Amino acid sequence: MSAKISVQNLTLMYSDGVESLQNVSIDIIANAVNVLFGPAGGGKSTLLRALNRLNDLADVDTAQGKIVFNEQNILDPATDVIELRRKVGMVFSRPAPLPLSVYENVIYGLRLMGERNKSLLDERVEQSLRQAVLWDEVYDRLNDPGTSLSGGQQQRLCIARVLALEPEVIMLDEPTSALDPVSTAKIEGMLATLKERLTIILVPHNVQQAARTADYAGFFLQGRLVEYAPGKELFLKPREKETQDYVTGRFG
Amino acid sequence: MENSDAARTSRRNALLGVNLLRLITLLTALPVIGVIVYIIVRGAPALSWEFISAMPREGMRAGGILPAIMGTFYLTLGTAVFSVPLGVAAGIYIAEYAPDNRATRLVRIAIINLAGIPSVVYGLFGLGLFVLFLKFGTSILAASLTLSIMTLPVIISTTEEALRQVPNAFRVVSTSLGATRWQTIKRITLPQALPGVITGVILGLERAAGETAPIMFTGAAFFLPLLPQSPLDATMALPYHIFVISTSVPGMPVEIQYGTVLVLLIFVLGMNVIATLIRNRARARRQW
Ligand SMILES: Nc1ncnc2c1ncn2[C@@H]1O[C@H](COP(=O)(O)OP(=O)(O)OP(=O)(O)O)[C@@H](O)[C@H]1O
Ligand SMILES: [Mg+2]
Repeated sequence: MSAKISVQNLTLMYSDGVESLQNVSIDIIANAVNVLFGPAGGGKSTLLRALNRLNDLADVDTAQGKIVFNEQNILDPATDVIELRRKVGMVFSRPAPLPLSVYENVIYGLRLMGERNKSLLDERVEQSLRQAVLWDEVYDRLNDPGTSLSGGQQQRLCIARVLALEPEVIMLDEPTSALDPVSTAKIEGMLATLKERLTIILVPHNVQQAARTADYAGFFLQGRLVEYAPGKELFLKPREKETQDYVTGRFG
Repeated sequence: MENSDAARTSRRNALLGVNLLRLITLLTALPVIGVIVYIIVRGAPALSWEFISAMPREGMRAGGILPAIMGTFYLTLGTAVFSVPLGVAAGIYIAEYAPDNRATRLVRIAIINLAGIPSVVYGLFGLGLFVLFLKFGTSILAASLTLSIMTLPVIISTTEEALRQVPNAFRVVSTSLGATRWQTIKRITLPQALPGVITGVILGLERAAGETAPIMFTGAAFFLPLLPQSPLDATMALPYHIFVISTSVPGMPVEIQYGTVLVLLIFVLGMNVIATLIRNRARARRQW
């Protein structure tokens, strides 16, 4: 097990003065499902947005510490954020297809890079949609608007869209919170396959999903990383009382 | 029982309220409809192919109004050339790039207030700046620039507003897939806002096409025997022509006056209809 991303003493403050992350250190393990979970407002989404510098869009005031990815501190202002975001992809909790066709949604990132080769694009569309377990459902409606798909299909479209860029890391922020159990199972199953090739960071939408999917799990509480351990360990015999209370449902 | 009585009363009151609103709406629309119908009835007899395609004759008391139609067309086009690129660019800047600080808010307030300035003030400003200081003379160029300044605030505000209505989620998603800010604008935000932008542009140009005061000192001529040959020529124009033939030409046949008004009305309402069609079509296709 090697660290794909190493977060070191990260403290992050929004301009309203709230410290959303306090001195967080965590190693995201390569080729594994890294689960970050905890109650609302714990800073999970904030951490994800830090990992691909999407926080640049929010009014983050200060970010101290280091985030090392491919031997570079990505908090360094000189970081090529475009390149970073291609390598560290993100799936949001509400399925958000762009106002484009299914096909154009999938290759959006490639188009941005100026890719024009039609056969390469066609190939990448099929490959990404297959990886996202969506191809069989949409291969004959690639030119329909992305929003014409069902919610569950839309979310897999969003995953395919990230996969089309062949990222090294894919982050999913409560990707199944708006989906039914069948769609949820499809996405969870897909993650198990995907982790052979890339690194996954998942913010689950409940503790059960955390326990089902985690190879490694970190418990976040009010901006602190309370505990970080292999999934089985953390859910079966947590070291910290706060973790135990939360996973056994005795929390708040 | 009592309950259903109360429900019935409140339903009746609601119905009464709605009907009252209907009546008020009808009453406010009535004068507009009245004016339009009146102009059509009085102006239609004057309309003919000759009227819109021939030069005026007999001191404008007969013949057509071609130079005024062409003039308004040129002025509208000239206004579009200057105000559309500038206005859209400024709207994009304010909505998508400008930091949300006091300076930006000040600029936004200034633009909104600019839209409320009486048009004659723009006319005098254009006279001072374009006609005299920049020495463009009384010309299509000077009048178009003057009308552009008057139109800009409308285009800037509607562009900004249309962009702001595009859900922010699109920007975040696009950015997360490696888009620069400009790529996001070009591929997602602007196309989504385009119907609103076009509507604003047309409404702005429509106002420019119908104004008299801004062109009176800057480019409009009482009468010209020839169509304008270059942007530095003065031109006749429909609104100013209407002003002239209603106030300064003795023995003017009334049909010609109403006919000219009708042509201007068709010009302006035509633009309005196009704006509405674009908006409706885009709304039907919009995905959010
Ligand atoms: N754009 C923002 N501006 C200011 N404060 C923010 C912003 N986004 C998040 N916060 C604050 O940062 C803290 C952490 O929020 P974050 O969204 O990271 O939590 P989370 O663990 O993802 O919660 P949830 O489970 O509800 O998604 C919260 O106190 C929140 O109010
Ligand atoms: Mg969150």
